[in-house]
Amino acid sequence: MSYETLTIIWFSIWGLIWAIYFVLEGYTAGTGILFPFLAKKEEEQRQLQESIGPFWGSNEVWLITAGGVTFAAFPETYGTMFSTFYIPLYLILFALFFRATGLEFMHKSNSSLWKQSWKWAFFSGSLLIPFLFGLTFSALFRGLSSNEHGLYITFSDVINAYGILGGSTFVLLSLLSSAIWISIKTEGAVQKRATLLAKKIWPISSGFLSLFFIATTNQTSLFNSFANEPVLWLIPGFALLFILFAGIPIVYNKWGMGFAFVSLSIFTLFAAGFTGMFPNMLPARMNSSFSLTLYEAAGSELNLTIMLWITFFIVPVVILYQIWMYRIFRGKITEKNARGY
Amino acid sequence: MDIVILSRIQFALSTLFHFLFAPLTMGLVILVAIMETMHVRTKKDLYRRMADFWGVLFTINYTLGVVTGIVNEFQFGTNWSKYSTFVGDIFGTPLAIEGLFAFFLESAFIGLWFFGRGRISPKMRAFSMWMVALGSNTSAVWIITANGFMHHPVGYELKDGIIHLSNFWELVTNPYAIYIFIHTLLSSYTTGAFFVITVSAYHLLRTPKMDFFRISFRYGILFALFSTFAVIGTGHFHGVYTAKAQPAKAAAFGSIWESEEDHPYPLLVIPNVKKERNFIEWLKVPYLGSLLYTNNIHGKVPGLMDFPKEDRPSVHPLFWSFRIMVGIGFLMFALPALAYYLYRKKQIFYNKKFLTILVYSLPLPFIATNLGWVVTEMGRQPWVVYGLLRTEKAVSPISLGEILFSLGGLVLFYSILIIVDVYLLVKYARKNPEVKE
Repeated sequence: MSYETLTIIWFSIWGLIWAIYFVLEGYTAGTGILFPFLAKKEEEQRQLQESIGPFWGSNEVWLITAGGVTFAAFPETYGTMFSTFYIPLYLILFALFFRATGLEFMHKSNSSLWKQSWKWAFFSGSLLIPFLFGLTFSALFRGLSSNEHGLYITFSDVINAYGILGGSTFVLLSLLSSAIWISIKTEGAVQKRATLLAKKIWPISSGFLSLFFIATTNQTSLFNSFANEPVLWLIPGFALLFILFAGIPIVYNKWGMGFAFVSLSIFTLFAAGFTGMFPNMLPARMNSSFSLTLYEAAGSELNLTIMLWITFFIVPVVILYQIWMYRIFRGKITEKNARGY
Repeated sequence: MDIVILSRIQFALSTLFHFLFAPLTMGLVILVAIMETMHVRTKKDLYRRMADFWGVLFTINYTLGVVTGIVNEFQFGTNWSKYSTFVGDIFGTPLAIEGLFAFFLESAFIGLWFFGRGRISPKMRAFSMWMVALGSNTSAVWIITANGFMHHPVGYELKDGIIHLSNFWELVTNPYAIYIFIHTLLSSYTTGAFFVITVSAYHLLRTPKMDFFRISFRYGILFALFSTFAVIGTGHFHGVYTAKAQPAKAAAFGSIWESEEDHPYPLLVIPNVKKERNFIEWLKVPYLGSLLYTNNIHGKVPGLMDFPKEDRPSVHPLFWSFRIMVGIGFLMFALPALAYYLYRKKQIFYNKKFLTILVYSLPLPFIATNLGWVVTEMGRQPWVVYGLLRTEKAVSPISLGEILFSLGGLVLFYSILIIVDVYLLVKYARKNPEVKE
């Protein structure tokens, strides 16, 4: 295998891991956002806690792995990306603090101030995670500012109409994904509320995703490279198709199928973004000669080869025991059997 | 204040804060896993309740370890981007493997253990806890493999001004990393053991007859005896290797100015950095210095004067941290040794004075482990990668506002988190596990 092929494989793995994380974070964060509104009493709260309880930690490890893989395979991308998106990333870290502690600690004391505080901490953390990631990756897709010193971002590179649309789109997709997830995992009143909500959110999420793709095509140069390879238009096309098709199982209460479609839609949304960026990892908006490409950022051949072998052996095992976990916890969580935290 | 200093303060703050939780996770998990195994073997409900009681304390601590750990991974990129670009080809790889191999294992099986009660067999629950132990303990292998490279770079070549991996095997068998790893792991076991001893002693003061805490106490004492003894032994060999690989650090933590053979070790020292000597050097033990630094009573001990001033780490923080760490280390060996002696004489459970001392000994392992990291990492200065990259050349091109924002946020939120953590640990540790609510 040539070094160039190796670097392209690693670019794909890099995008793949981020995309998997976003799919899994979708239902996890969404559950946190819906938490104060779907659960009316403590038993219901426990149902919702338990619906993500065994999984949220592993889902967050995909983020840690995404960070680690960026660091290991593309050191310069890691350094530049993380130091450039400094403020959004710290806000994400703070949000991650309160998602985790809010979820796990809210029932560890009986005072109502304690419970209320942690409930809203859980909510805020969960809301900020997809919004800030949507914002950050929209800014990435749109491209960074550059001058003779290299890449940088300004306030308006992140906070602009396109970014806010991207952040909102990812929040809405997360909400849809989690409403379906809760419909799968729970039983009783909380499930009913979730199913009704899923049906209501679906058209809004679909609308936002369509808008986001229209804005991406009109406002950014992300998909410009698709002109040479029109077949690549299929990727964002599939993201739209998946979210539209999700409507059918949602209407017919086929939650497993609905969840699969929404997950695929989130996955292909980010796949479209990463494919559009290729071979850039950090595109410069004005002057493409400042873009950081995967070839410039890639680590050494030896490092990438060793990591590829390690990934090849470990990741299937990780995925196997995670599937096994989902099977063990496949039962419906009822008000009675819910343990929560 | 400049960006470098603030970034260093932030890094020190966030890693030391994380290291309040990580060692307890690595140590306590072993004891909980043993209790789970005892439950499977004896079918006694007592062990079930023990594993649950200590397991809840474990999960509270574990959650804090997770959220504070992510900050550290991100921070290399956000605040030390030049460093990350320079060293990523070697440093990033163990971090990625840590995620893939250790964190996935840990996070999946802690979920299985916590929510699996009643759904999976006791055997499966014991297995889960052992997998969490494997995950948390191997995470230390990988992060310290990465860390070891900063102290003692091996298996690399410099090309185009950045580091390229040239020998993976050398990287993962870096002796420096292995010394740090074993010493860290054993000090984590010490932390877990002292935690169990302290909480058990608290309950035994009130209910000396309670089997639950008598057995927990015995587990803690035995675990502490083994780990404190081993931590001192490995600490010595770690020190000998440090004197070889990072002589300036070793000279600084001993406040030794002139290199010398047949070096006597003064038990009482007060450094005088300005004059480049010591105010006092009392109670010199002949040859002990050479023995401690080189494993040979005639060996040559490094002195700070061998290094130009700009290549020396600062003496005061290293020297005092090292002395206090070692002092606490011996104290932590003496306490369980004495406790074990009293236990064998069947005098421990009514010895209120000694149990009270044990309750108040809880901060010791936390102080010692963190001071150990102060010695290790401040002793690396002024280098971020020893001999290859200066710390001031490693920071990100960020603004003062950005670093103040992140540092302020971390101070604020970590203050909240530590208050919550202590509150919850105290609350759950005080609960009487024999009383159903």
